[in-house]
Amino acid sequence: MLFLRPLAMLLPALASALIAATALAADLPALVAGLTTGGFGDRETAIGAMAASGEQRAAPILEALAAGQLYVRKSDNLVLIGKPDGNQLALTEAISGKPAGSGSEAELDRVRVNNRLRGVIEAAVGSLTLMSPDAKVRREAAEALFKRRDASSLAALDAALAAEKDPRIKRAMSEARAASVLASDAPPPQKLDAIALVRERADRDSLGVLEATANSATDPEVKAAAGAGAGAVRQTLAAWEAAQNVWYGISLGSVLLLAAIGLAITFGTMGVINMAHGEMVMLGAYTTFVVQDIIRTSAPHLFDASLLIALPLAFVVAGGIGILIERGIIRFLYGRPLDTLLATWGLSLVLQQAVRSIFGSSNREVGAPSWMSGAFQVGQINVTYGRLWIVVFSLIVFAALILLLRKTPLGLYMRAVTQNRPMASAMGIRTPRVDALTFGLGSGIAGLAGVALSQIDNVSPNLGQGYIIDSFMVVVFGGVGNLFGTLIGALTLGVVNKFLEPYAGAVLGKILVLVFIILFIQRRPRGLFALKGRSVE
Amino acid sequence: MKLGSMMRTGLVAAGLLAGAAGSAFAQGAPIKVGILHSLSGTMAISETTLKDVMLMLIEEQNKKGGVLGRKLEAVVVDPASNWPLFAEKARELLQKDKVAAVFGCWTSVSRKSVLPVFEELNGILFYPVQYEGEESSRNVFYTGAAPNQQAIPAVDYLMANEKVQRWVLAGTDYVYPRTTNKILEAYLKLKGVKQEDILINYTPFGHSDWQSIVANIKKFGSAGKKTAVVSTINGDANVPFYKELGNQGIKAKDIPVVAFSVGEEELAGIDTKPLLGHLAAWNYFQSVKNPANEAFIKTWQTFTKNPKRVTNDPMEAHVIGFNMWIEAVKKAGTTDPDAVIDAMIGIAVPNLTGGLSAMMPNHHITKPVLIGEIQGNGQFDVVSATPLVIGDEWSDYLPDSKDLISDWRKPMSCGNFNVVTGKCGGKGK
Repeated sequence: MLFLRPLAMLLPALASALIAATALAADLPALVAGLTTGGFGDRETAIGAMAASGEQRAAPILEALAAGQLYVRKSDNLVLIGKPDGNQLALTEAISGKPAGSGSEAELDRVRVNNRLRGVIEAAVGSLTLMSPDAKVRREAAEALFKRRDASSLAALDAALAAEKDPRIKRAMSEARAASVLASDAPPPQKLDAIALVRERADRDSLGVLEATANSATDPEVKAAAGAGAGAVRQTLAAWEAAQNVWYGISLGSVLLLAAIGLAITFGTMGVINMAHGEMVMLGAYTTFVVQDIIRTSAPHLFDASLLIALPLAFVVAGGIGILIERGIIRFLYGRPLDTLLATWGLSLVLQQAVRSIFGSSNREVGAPSWMSGAFQVGQINVTYGRLWIVVFSLIVFAALILLLRKTPLGLYMRAVTQNRPMASAMGIRTPRVDALTFGLGSGIAGLAGVALSQIDNVSPNLGQGYIIDSFMVVVFGGVGNLFGTLIGALTLGVVNKFLEPYAGAVLGKILVLVFIILFIQRRPRGLFALKGRSVE
Repeated sequence: MKLGSMMRTGLVAAGLLAGAAGSAFAQGAPIKVGILHSLSGTMAISETTLKDVMLMLIEEQNKKGGVLGRKLEAVVVDPASNWPLFAEKARELLQKDKVAAVFGCWTSVSRKSVLPVFEELNGILFYPVQYEGEESSRNVFYTGAAPNQQAIPAVDYLMANEKVQRWVLAGTDYVYPRTTNKILEAYLKLKGVKQEDILINYTPFGHSDWQSIVANIKKFGSAGKKTAVVSTINGDANVPFYKELGNQGIKAKDIPVVAFSVGEEELAGIDTKPLLGHLAAWNYFQSVKNPANEAFIKTWQTFTKNPKRVTNDPMEAHVIGFNMWIEAVKKAGTTDPDAVIDAMIGIAVPNLTGGLSAMMPNHHITKPVLIGEIQGNGQFDVVSATPLVIGDEWSDYLPDSKDLISDWRKPMSCGNFNVVTGKCGGKGK
């Protein structure tokens, strides 16, 4: 008996759906034809008619329309859905869903849409798929209708709510219903209930709904309730916003850390003012581009591993060029900082122009592997996988570098040479070789940074220029010669920057940070973590 | 040093001799055309293409037999994205190479840098990029859009079609975005938009970390009113900006971004699928279907030997400018600057979107305004097109320039005539 009751409830609904389907099946071709003729206004009417028809088969057609994949074949006026397949389009008949071979864009006319229509389509698809058997689709439909907040979707939502079993989807649907009620001319008591429901959601979209209601409501009670609700939501969001700024700051800090950590070695421990450091970063990014280019043409299935393949290569390329620079130029200039500065500055221009001649002046596209694309939500914070991996990567590089310096013979030699060169030399360490390797290590790490930066910045010959000043700031602020200082310095500057930006703007924010560092260096000339002892002099 | 200067004197002497010999049969000597675009430095990304398109146009014209029975010869110099160097190179083109006309510049600051040189040496400059207006020089022909041919119609489109009520004006921090935003702010207020519904944000050149700014836009956009971003962000910074919009899930149907400096060329380096529906306002799109445009794209792709090479709006401006100059030289029968400058006004040539563009007395041209939405393949779908609009150099929405007009026909011959005082030389300039 228990299971019969829902069945009994379903029967009339099923029957009416069947009747509607048979009655409208003939109409679908006419409706679709309406989509493909006339201007944007006619198309809007046609979409409305399709949504009202309740026809399930209309949803994929509308989705294709929104994605710009609905075509009309020029030869026979057949409406087709075309999905990209290499240089061609794989075609299916829109109404019957039968495959229709392939074709090129030249033989087809694309049915055009604009933003306004995309919004209308989203709502139409939402109301069509509210009854979908797939829970995920139903949930998305409810979300779409919430954002759309259109009184006309109330009927569809009521019907769907009655049939829905999953409590979470039910919740999403009742929120969508509340948003629609607020947009309709329902009596104030209903609207007050709706406001309470929307207020509990407490995210950006619900704030939009409440603000709109507060602006447009005529009933004073509704207006006040919406205003109070918006205030409460805004307060919740403010806390999230602070957390979000911290995350953005850490993310920016990790980028600064990656760019600066190589410099912390060449400038911090060796004392070489290397203006071509940014170009090492750029070379790392271009190595990534070359690796991806080769993978795309000869081994597309390896694409997800492209960055992992690029990492060692970038290290070797940038490190190798670093060693060449040290052997070829810098070793003749030790102890002459001004000459080093000018020579490496000139070198940076040479490297830029060389890359420009080889790869061209325009930006190169470096794709994101699938595990670095997309984002997820932590409360109201939007975390992108790309940024998250860069934070993780920068910490790994940092840890590896510390281990290298502390636990390996090479690290020991490096520290020995930078602390006391004559003594190290007297102990049998080949100081010129260690110099070359240290410089190569610093440059190699810059190359690694380039791989990471290729994911968030433009891969262009100017890539390095944007980071050189920031890198020097981080190293000087953190304390020359101290890697932990670089870590703390990078993160501090990142977070400070992100807290200043929304209030002061990006330009003024940068200036304020610069002024802050100058003042700080006046108080503590050796930075946050000063090296102590004889080696400092 | 000494040897160098001696050699230079020698060269000059040789050049003089050659010049003297050349004038004896001037009929055959080629007409020199200067190309002043950065081939290195930050702006190389945009300007190299314009150099290439000029070389192509000159080659095509030579295939048709040149002009006045003489061949054309391109003189290419590289001002290296260095603004003072632009002035030096312009002087070199005009004084040393004696070019008949110069096609060049991209940023407003480079144009401002060469302006005095062209006025002093009486040269001709064709400037192909959309700009902020508030300028009119006898020696410059502005073939790009003035604000009323790009910014204002774009805002009108969003107001009418997407019912936008709240505006973010985001730009790079230099003269073009600042002036354009000043005009737009005045225009929006005139249309009844309140101060609290306008957010203005500037970022430095090459800004790459957009997380908090995009989050701020999102926050501004959740006030229950339809919000749009008007972007005058220039150059490289656009790529990370659009990537961040995609990352934070800002879809065009929620908060559309309309850009004035993003075209096919700029989109070539990014995956445009997340950007579907964001807008750009230009006077030309590669996707415009008409025979003149299809022929141009074909010639261009053959010339660059790259079947995927895209075309863009400033390229079309150079096509229009170059064809106008050819017509003017034919009409004047000489390449003498004064004669050509006078002959230019009133010349109309077909543009690539199926209309006729004419040079107006204010040295700006008539163009249609097209609004396009970004598609998944890096191209634009035109969603709105206006009839031809005359470029308005002095904005009607700024108090300093609303009474100014310019008319380079005799007898007025004035770039900033004040219609209230009736005198040439009002404010501005």
